[in-house]
Amino acid sequence: MSQEKKMKLTLPVEEYVGSGNLACQGCGANLALRYILKALGPKTVLCIPACCWAVIDGPFPHSCMSVSIYHCAFETAASTATGVKAGLDMLGDTDMNVVSWAGDGGTLDIGIQALSGAAERNDDIIYVCYDNEAYMNTGIQRSSATPKGAWTTTTPVKFPKVESKKDIDAIMAAHRIPYQATASIAYPEDLYKKMLKAKNIKGTRFFHIFAPCPTGWKSRPEDAVKLARMAVQNCLFPLYEIEHGENLALNIKIQNKKPIDDYLKLQGRFRHLKPADIQSMQEEVDRNWNRILKKAQGC
Amino acid sequence: MSKKKDAAKIIFESEKDVPIMPMSLGSMLFNKTGSWRNIRPEIRTADCIRCGICWKFCPDMSILVEEELPVVDYDFCKGCGICAEECPVKCIEMAEERK
Repeated sequence: MSQEKKMKLTLPVEEYVGSGNLACQGCGANLALRYILKALGPKTVLCIPACCWAVIDGPFPHSCMSVSIYHCAFETAASTATGVKAGLDMLGDTDMNVVSWAGDGGTLDIGIQALSGAAERNDDIIYVCYDNEAYMNTGIQRSSATPKGAWTTTTPVKFPKVESKKDIDAIMAAHRIPYQATASIAYPEDLYKKMLKAKNIKGTRFFHIFAPCPTGWKSRPEDAVKLARMAVQNCLFPLYEIEHGENLALNIKIQNKKPIDDYLKLQGRFRHLKPADIQSMQEEVDRNWNRILKKAQGC
Repeated sequence: MSKKKDAAKIIFESEKDVPIMPMSLGSMLFNKTGSWRNIRPEIRTADCIRCGICWKFCPDMSILVEEELPVVDYDFCKGCGICAEECPVKCIEMAEERK
């Protein structure tokens, strides 16, 4: 076998997120932003509300990123991006990508009215929600993205969360925005491809990225990517894209659907679950998966 | 990559030096996150198949791919172990950190 000199890289080499940032070991959100900036390039403005990334970026006057950042209030990620885009248009800088980069709390709970308003006006922004399934930055409080039964500091084992995860993708599909997609850090090529596609579309584009958090999920840091991959393979977080609220297309075809037990076992936040709880979770995952499959077949 | 710029921490001597507009003035490269590490990745280069997966999944941009083989940047590697877990030929080992 001939020795190959070059490494086989599937993504561009340019980095816009620098080393020395303040992310925890094995942070999924860090990987997610690294991939989307590889796709969007240096002509990007990030509007970051209060979330993990507001801290990871570093204290003033330092920043680990080589793109512009606008730190805004918690509930205003989408409306700030709208304003930045309008300002850049007035200056004549129309090819700048304006990105809202918010966590699941800033999207599903606090920022949803701003996001809904921006989607209704069809403002030319990219809204990215990185979903680590709780308010991790402030100390692992329950958000509406937290799955049923998961431990957080506000839903302790004695008083577990009984509500299911909010279906933000269906909410955004109901807004009939030009493009929306779900993505996972375990499939960076898929995420990169979708972001390149979204870059060339005008209007509101929504991304929902699954980003494991070893600190909040009580899992080992080295399992972060493995957990994200398992979530896709177990049909817990299917990867698809939707255009104008219809034409759902699955991106990762699942050959053998596995039970979610292995995924739950790797995380300390699900350690207290009884077999009956796991059974009910499995049924819910199956229901959601069948709903997605039906939409993908167009019936 | 390879643009490891000035790594000095910016300290304002007086209030007059603080800019009116809150803007970033320097990179975070002064913050050597390698000190967070308990275990360190060590690449057995003889077995490496140059797939680039360790580089792709490194959350800290600490696997450098400028050479023909991946090199770990121990200044910034936080020791999460994702590279060792994801390596398809398991040629990365997590060893005890040497002092």
